[in-house]
Amino acid sequence: MKYVPLILANLFRKPVRTILTIGSFGVALFLFGLLAIVRGSFNQGLDVAGADRLVIINKVSLIQPLPLSYRDRLLQIPGVKQVTFANWFGGVYQDERNFFAQMAIDTPTYLQMFTEFKVPPDQWKAFEADREGCLVGADLAKRFGWKIGDRIPIKGTIFPGAWEFNVRGIYTGARRQDDTTQFWFHWKYLDERRTYSKGMVGWYTIRVNNPDDAVKVAKAIDTTFANSPWETKTDTEKAFATGFVKQMGNIQFLIMSIGGVVFFTLLLVTGNTMAIAVRERVRELAVLKAIGFSDVFVMLLVLFESVIVALAGAGLGLGAAKLLTLAGDPTHGMLPFFFLPAGALTAGVALAIVVGLASGIIPALSASRLRVVDALRRV
Amino acid sequence: MVRVDGNGNGDSLVRVRGLDKKYQRGSEEIHVLQGLNLDVDAGEFVAFMGPSGSGKSTLLNLLGGIDLPTAGTITVANDEITHLSGSKLTEWRARHVGFVFQMYNLIPVLTAFQNVELPLLLTKLSKAERRKHVETAMALVELSDRMYHYPRQLSGGQEQRVGIARAIVADPTFLLCDEPTGDLDRKSADEVLSLLETLSRQHGKTILMVTHDPLAAERAHCILHLDKGVLTEGKKAGAAQ
Repeated sequence: MKYVPLILANLFRKPVRTILTIGSFGVALFLFGLLAIVRGSFNQGLDVAGADRLVIINKVSLIQPLPLSYRDRLLQIPGVKQVTFANWFGGVYQDERNFFAQMAIDTPTYLQMFTEFKVPPDQWKAFEADREGCLVGADLAKRFGWKIGDRIPIKGTIFPGAWEFNVRGIYTGARRQDDTTQFWFHWKYLDERRTYSKGMVGWYTIRVNNPDDAVKVAKAIDTTFANSPWETKTDTEKAFATGFVKQMGNIQFLIMSIGGVVFFTLLLVTGNTMAIAVRERVRELAVLKAIGFSDVFVMLLVLFESVIVALAGAGLGLGAAKLLTLAGDPTHGMLPFFFLPAGALTAGVALAIVVGLASGIIPALSASRLRVVDALRRV
Repeated sequence: MVRVDGNGNGDSLVRVRGLDKKYQRGSEEIHVLQGLNLDVDAGEFVAFMGPSGSGKSTLLNLLGGIDLPTAGTITVANDEITHLSGSKLTEWRARHVGFVFQMYNLIPVLTAFQNVELPLLLTKLSKAERRKHVETAMALVELSDRMYHYPRQLSGGQEQRVGIARAIVADPTFLLCDEPTGDLDRKSADEVLSLLETLSRQHGKTILMVTHDPLAAERAHCILHLDKGVLTEGKKAGAAQ
């Protein structure tokens, strides 16, 4: 503690430079925070995927349907415990920019499969009773200010026409990462009104008796429907989510590349700043050594300054990123999640410390190796 | 007593024997100090004079343990310092040496108080004890009213007095002053020299001072001349008259 005034005094020797260095750290960590938000959003499917759930899609592609008749055949395959299905709707609410996922679900089975979603019993009952009823996620309801009883007009694109729904309930997620930006309505209603693709579903989700048998069951399913007009491709929910992410390119690689470039640049900038700061006070460091401060002390002094600058920048940048998430989703639902996970905050702080140490180590070593006589001779 | 013939008794505070210092400058070898002997008793105020490049500052650096000799030994208060490791030498400096520099070398971002407190940070003194020591040192250099001023808010003479306060605050074995008045006007120089005299006469401090200024050297008990790496006893101007 007794060295704090010395460290602080050195930090504020050139306040503008210190502030700008902190600022550059802040900007980099803010960017890191944003990248973590986006990455988390893309990968949320991986986090929420159930180990005992398999997803079955048409072997040709996700957008090709499967017949409803598969439901009963799936239930007969050994190891399959439950089956549900859903259909992508892809309608537009008011404006194309108001994107959110709309899905026609198999009402009797959907919540039994996805137990992480919670709906109050009375609201569920009201939903079941209304053919045009819908359930909306809490975040989605908040986004558009919807409340129970509202009538929501949606313009169909895949299934043309003007569709109207009554909000009968608002579902929530048991976990922070559960997606509460979706819009669910009765698959039966979709099937009745659509003019083509009747009796077809978008994909099935099944629960297996034993997660250890997932691969075996998946193989059995695909074998069952092999050589049929609608061959299947079965994967674990996690693999399915991973494939979905991969469709959008290697997001993680892209994020890591951008992050890497930013931090490398930051390292150079901060390292240069620290080197200048040390060079400017070579005499002072020599005086400290002359009066009895050790080489290690001088090295730690420089390193502490560097790490404090890094941590101040991290606090600023990550704090700003966190505030941004608290202020609401600026993508208007394009990302299913918009929050900065605690893990990312910890990683950001750790990264800042590492960059602070890395950028300070060379100036710190040169300060510790400084020969007092040589340094005092310099003017 | 101060002797340069190597025949001092074993009671000297500072004992130098056969001190050699060579520098390599390109292909040229410069022999700065040549087999130098010196004995200085505790409480002496010694001035080293000599032309530029004669090795005065080199000698002071060696005595202060911030440079290493090519050959010879330096013993201070029975500690032979020439064979100490770098870290041991640093610890030794903290306990035994108070440096006063020509350019004051105060830390500009610290107040006078904080500058003077620096050597005490290396001790186990409590905050209150450190404060007491600093206040005493600042009072001794008559700058109690400037404790919270930054170096830029002080005159050259005041800065040097803060430098002296920093040098004495941890009560070192001896003070090494390298041209302490070299950057001051006459009046400020006299003030600083009077202060050094006071420290020597009233507080029994051992002071070794390098100077170009004959008037400054006059304040010392003894003047030694260094020329071409050889130390000789000089006479005080006052004594010569």
